[in-house]
Amino acid sequence: MTTVRNGKKNIALELHDLTVSYDRKPVLWDVDLELPKGKLVGILGPNGAGKSTLIKAVMGLTPNSSGYVRLFDRNLDEVRDRISYVPQRESVDWDFPASVLDVVLMGRYGKLGLFKRPRKSDKEVALDCLRKVGMEAYTGRQISQLSGGQQQRVFLARALAQQADLYFMDEPFAGVDAATEKAIIGLLRDMSSKGNTVIVVHHDLQSVTEYFDWVILLNLRLVACGPTKEVFNAELLQETYGGKLTLLSDVGNLMKHQHFPNREANASRMNPLK
Amino acid sequence: MNSFFEFFSFADPNIRYVVLGSILLTASSAIVGSFTFLQKKALVGDAVAHAVLPGVCLSFILSGEKNPLILVVGAFVTGWLSLVLIDVIAARSKIKEDTAIGLVLSVFFGIGIFILTMIQKSGAASQTGLDQYLFGKAASLVGQDLVVFGIVATLLVLAVYFLFKEFTLIAFDKEFAISLGIPVRRVELVLTTLTVLAVVIGIQAVGVVLMAAMLITPAAAARFWTEKVITMTWLAAVFGAISGLTGAYISYVAPSMPTGPWIVVVVSTIAFFSFFMAPKKGIFYKMYHQSRIKANINDENILKALYHLGEEERNFYQQRSTEDILTKRSFERTPLFKGLRRLKRQGYLDEKDGLWTLSLEGKEKGQRVVKLHRLWELYLTEYLRIAPDHVHDDADTIEHILTPELEQRLEKLLDYPTVDPHESEIPYG
Repeated sequence: MTTVRNGKKNIALELHDLTVSYDRKPVLWDVDLELPKGKLVGILGPNGAGKSTLIKAVMGLTPNSSGYVRLFDRNLDEVRDRISYVPQRESVDWDFPASVLDVVLMGRYGKLGLFKRPRKSDKEVALDCLRKVGMEAYTGRQISQLSGGQQQRVFLARALAQQADLYFMDEPFAGVDAATEKAIIGLLRDMSSKGNTVIVVHHDLQSVTEYFDWVILLNLRLVACGPTKEVFNAELLQETYGGKLTLLSDVGNLMKHQHFPNREANASRMNPLK
Repeated sequence: MNSFFEFFSFADPNIRYVVLGSILLTASSAIVGSFTFLQKKALVGDAVAHAVLPGVCLSFILSGEKNPLILVVGAFVTGWLSLVLIDVIAARSKIKEDTAIGLVLSVFFGIGIFILTMIQKSGAASQTGLDQYLFGKAASLVGQDLVVFGIVATLLVLAVYFLFKEFTLIAFDKEFAISLGIPVRRVELVLTTLTVLAVVIGIQAVGVVLMAAMLITPAAAARFWTEKVITMTWLAAVFGAISGLTGAYISYVAPSMPTGPWIVVVVSTIAFFSFFMAPKKGIFYKMYHQSRIKANINDENILKALYHLGEEERNFYQQRSTEDILTKRSFERTPLFKGLRRLKRQGYLDEKDGLWTLSLEGKEKGQRVVKLHRLWELYLTEYLRIAPDHVHDDADTIEHILTPELEQRLEKLLDYPTVDPHESEIPYG
């Protein structure tokens, strides 16, 4: 793996020795990687490999991680308004009483801060983002009436409304029609060509070389991280998808059952930046 | 009737207190309850309501008087404690949240009833009226109660006003809220506190046993009428206020009646009414909509049968009897005659001496149904590889639902075919 020693100006995301556990059982082991700015990056791996967990850990949505995360060489809280997170579409109740515009406006809440109402300028940004995803005709539509592809576009518009530099998207192509997938990937390409970094959890191996500049291959641990041309090959795919490391998951289960601590107390203070 | 005018003229200042008080209490708990409802935490509200009772009783024992401020503080403490306990039990043990709620609710309520009985047995003169907290008594709202509860109710409404955006976002998509850096834990803490406060003041009117209904039912009823959180919250407040007002009135004319059950009966009636009558979501609307569709299908089938007859005899505008129609398709008599009369009224059929003729519009409509039927059969055989003898029933349904836009796409996809899988001609207009 290439490490840039002289400054980290071009690094959008750095994970240092990141271990994430659910209920004491590590689901990601010692992930160590750096991603350059302006790339469109796919996170690949089999079911249960920890793909969603990885981006949730970066966004501080899962506790229990040891190691650290740096975004643009800063801690998350210092650069929150430059980061956008798109959860899985199924993670919310689409029967919620809200219109398409209401949901997209939520992307502005971070910039607005507590207590303040969305202003006219926020609405304009939201409408503009709806245009970008081709949903301007649905502005006032109830979200319960949307199809899966339309729901995904709304989530994407909400992310765009955040006007961030780095985007994490959890399966934006899950359950969407071919036309939506095409529209979304076009948009993501566009974003990365403008210097944004876009990191996407992805399932379909067929489209990887066409879609992504970089890939992260993941299966409980980092298998590889690098430019698609270098990393997306049969050997590394075999290592990623060719069965779990049973020893690794057995040790994880043991830690869960014995209520074992994740790190020894003094070792957890390794992060020099905190 | 006299008491009705006496009450609703609001001439008596006592009545004004009671009315204002009950409306404040029920409306503000309905507003806070809207978010409990949206967060799908209805049962939590119930647990808090029941857990408030031991607090009320304990603070009475400790202070020896029925000062509303002290009772509110006591109620608040045990209500809060119950929520913390639910969280701790769910997080630290194998017990799931629903069980934890059930456990905490019954234990706290049991202790409350136990202390209440002790107080009643002790015969302390000033305890009279403490059992109002079980089923509520709006008419007992006076002077200083109203000041304390009024202030709390105002606080609740103000807090919801300022945190409306955050409450809504967290109810819809909590992880996204966290990712934005909104202090979700603290905002949730505020909402929890508001819920406890709403319960604490609401029990004065409704009582602990039925308080959960006052939190949740107005919001649930309001949800039938709107797709906007802000409108839903307002409506819930109005529904809450109406039931509070009714409760106050009942409490005034029949002092021996507990207010709570009456308030809940009124708000439940509103909820039931919404359940049946609300546009789009109500049961009656859905039934009406269904029967409209059924009638439409029936009518289109009649036109289709007449079109088939015309096709066979190469004369679409021949007069035909109902028996002729029945040779093409079996109809029950009542729907057939109803349909024929309706089609006549709409100008698709003409009638003379009990014989029926297609009008120009009727022929075109029948032809479109036949065309859609045959197009769909072709689509099924070509794109879904279904055997030609298995496609008829499917097409019989789909022919009634295809929109002109889908019709165009179908034609284009199949490249304007001339015959269906059974070699019948596909008619174009």
